[in-house]
Amino acid sequence: MGKIEDLEVINGEGYQLTTLDKAVALARANSVWPLPFATSCCGIEFMATMGSMYDLSRFGMERMSFTPRQSDLLIVAGTISKKLGPVLQKVYEQMAEPKWVLSVGACASSGGIFDTYSVLQGIDRIIPVDVYVPGCPPRPEQIIDGVMNIHRLVKHEPMRRRYSEEYRHLLSEYKIEVTNAENDK
Amino acid sequence: MQKMTNSALAEALNSLLGERIVTSEELYDTLVVEVSSADAFSVIETLKLDPKLSFNFLTLIGGVHYPENPGRELCVVYHLHSWKNAIRLRIKAYLPAENPSIQSLTSLYETANWMERETFDFFGIKFENHPNLTRILNMDDMDYHPMLKEHPLEDGTREDKDDRFFGR
Repeated sequence: MGKIEDLEVINGEGYQLTTLDKAVALARANSVWPLPFATSCCGIEFMATMGSMYDLSRFGMERMSFTPRQSDLLIVAGTISKKLGPVLQKVYEQMAEPKWVLSVGACASSGGIFDTYSVLQGIDRIIPVDVYVPGCPPRPEQIIDGVMNIHRLVKHEPMRRRYSEEYRHLLSEYKIEVTNAENDK
Repeated sequence: MQKMTNSALAEALNSLLGERIVTSEELYDTLVVEVSSADAFSVIETLKLDPKLSFNFLTLIGGVHYPENPGRELCVVYHLHSWKNAIRLRIKAYLPAENPSIQSLTSLYETANWMERETFDFFGIKFENHPNLTRILNMDDMDYHPMLKEHPLEDGTREDKDDRFFGR
């Protein structure tokens, strides 16, 4: 972890105090398991980001999770056609809360150069996106910057956010049901 | 096996099909023949079953839209390949825009199944006797055939393409 200085702490003789939500947020932020949903050239750049040169595992993202049920961060890298849209939405729905979405590249963010009848003009039309990474395709440094921004969001997210009415409202705009919030309350 | 030349193929086609060939020309080193849409199936069947020509491989089925040709707006293009003679042949059949339909080749070539679905998907050409003529590449709820030229290429719902930024 090594980032305990980011937290507000009270140091005493043999103990250290902080608030639980901040400690949990710190733990979450440093163990985000990504699910790469990579379809095209942005996916290649993401593979470089995963590789030894740029090494995403430095940020606690050692393990790519190719099942939505075990992942916290959906990384959408590449052109999403309209036909693939419902598949992507289903993958998002299957992820457990809390979950975040990183939209990598122009195509995932806005359709990019593919302004055509068959391509989804931005994944934010079907799932909520937390961070957009511009570029066509973005360099690994930009993807890492996007991931760092996700970490910042994770660190500062209140623990009750996923149970809030605002969050339910946000997902209802995408016609996605909040599945586990009621049971966990 | 000796490679067949286009002129030898044209001669063989003439003697085999005669009047059933509407036009015949050589484009980009490939012989292109036009047949009537009602005749296309039996012509291709003849070419496949003929022991000498033996067009055993269907490389491609595609569509073309010529909105400027009344009565011949749509065209189905078949690319045939004879492995035995190492030669390819293009066959074109024209269809009217109203109710374009042509006999399916699925009973001759299994591979025609998906190609005809694609041609139906993009051009709305109906292939009679096709076992499952549904959309293959586009969304099932799409209500038009996007490669017909009256439909715009661009996605109508896009909001970020502001003319002030794109100089249009």
